[in-house]
Amino acid sequence: MATQPTTNGGVGITVRGLRKSFNGQEVLKGLDFDVRRGEIFVIMGPSGSGKTVLLKHLIGLEEPDEGEILVEGEPILSPEVMAKYRMSMVFQSGALLSSLTVGENVGLYLTEHRLKTAEEVARIVADSLEVVGLKDTEDKMPSELSGGMKKRVAIARALVVEPQLILYDEPTSELDPLSAVLIGEEILNLKERIHVTSLVVSHDRDLAFGIADRIAVINEGKILAMGTPAEVKSRPEPLVQRFLNAGLEKSYPTAKAT
Amino acid sequence: MIVLFWRTLLALPLAWRNREKVFDQFFEIGNASLLMVCILSFFIGGVIALQTGPLLVERSLASAVGGVVGVSVCKELAPVMMSILIAGRIGSAMAAEIGSMRVYQEIDALRTMNISPIHYLVLPRLTAIAFALPMLVIFAVLVGWLGGAVVSFSNNRIDIPFTSFLTTLRDVVELKDVANGVFKSFMFALIIGVVSCHQGLVTRGGPRGIGRSVTKAVVNSIVLIVISDYVLTRLLLS
Repeated sequence: MATQPTTNGGVGITVRGLRKSFNGQEVLKGLDFDVRRGEIFVIMGPSGSGKTVLLKHLIGLEEPDEGEILVEGEPILSPEVMAKYRMSMVFQSGALLSSLTVGENVGLYLTEHRLKTAEEVARIVADSLEVVGLKDTEDKMPSELSGGMKKRVAIARALVVEPQLILYDEPTSELDPLSAVLIGEEILNLKERIHVTSLVVSHDRDLAFGIADRIAVINEGKILAMGTPAEVKSRPEPLVQRFLNAGLEKSYPTAKAT
Repeated sequence: MIVLFWRTLLALPLAWRNREKVFDQFFEIGNASLLMVCILSFFIGGVIALQTGPLLVERSLASAVGGVVGVSVCKELAPVMMSILIAGRIGSAMAAEIGSMRVYQEIDALRTMNISPIHYLVLPRLTAIAFALPMLVIFAVLVGWLGGAVVSFSNNRIDIPFTSFLTTLRDVVELKDVANGVFKSFMFALIIGVVSCHQGLVTRGGPRGIGRSVTKAVVNSIVLIVISDYVLTRLLLS
């Protein structure tokens, strides 16, 4: 049986000069930022601004053309770092393995790496599902779950890793407001409970300003503003203000009066 | 594709650890294909008997029918036809399953959990097909011979008794002929497994991308099977 890395608490991330192009089109244009240990860092930006590509770099799914990403000062792409630090990602779609049950999905990391016995895995899976409010759903198939439930199972799967860094890709997209609040609360709970570093990519302003310690607003592969929610709100740049305050104008012909 | 094959070979020691997944895939391949293999090979044996039998009987070579059917089925028709069948039935399923996992980010999810898609997805499939296809070909050879015998017996223009068909077959066909066909099917199994898994892993786009990968997996597998059949036959003859 393999041994699990034992480092506790969140990890710090450093991104320096990150550039990435696809088919000659530059998606990330030299990003520089730090994510501190144990904080909730939210990256906001309009669709197509490079948020998801950035997230994929942060967990080693993409290689940068230029620049570097460091986890506690060590390059993320080295295999030792991936083995040393526990990182999880909650995908926008949940990305649950459709051929496995909910329980098998949640326990996959433990069973594949042979970290626990079958009884321990079953107990950990049950606990993780209870944490996200999905007790006794182990035997369901992902196709039987709603979008919100899939996301919560994906969070449970991320929790099983006992992560030091969790990346969330649009955690509240396609969710009703109540489910979105539950997901936001869950992200805050995890921070309190296991001091995990959370990096959330979202264009949900309510979520971002509700949970973030710091926010970065990106557009067209560049950071427009970065700081605490209050600092970002007070930034004068028109693009930032337009993104943060976008709403249907009452004067718009089809807008309904309230 | 070669890199994928090499990396899967390097992971081969982990096959025992993944034996449950290998067995699941093995059962899937056998369960999905056995009936079709039997039907197809019965009629292939029958058609060969039907095509060659009257010609040989007219030339007073009735004693050669069993041998001709026996050798052509075990050395050529069973391995090639069954491999083409499996490429269409199992190769397409492998490419579609892995392709949709790729498109719907399930493979990315595996990688974020430090689980290698090669160990988790490719190794069990390749190991299972490498065992399953040669076993299916052994079935196909036996059923193909039976098909040839039934047609030779029941067709008025051939009219060779069941026992004398099998006796002449036994006189001509040697164990190494069957081994020859089984070996070829093993090589074809590796081709189907690697091509289909590779196409699945490089799938891009949505449902259309999955469809494209499935088509490419089947077509490329069949082309490579036919080409390598020639090369292997030359090597095995020399």
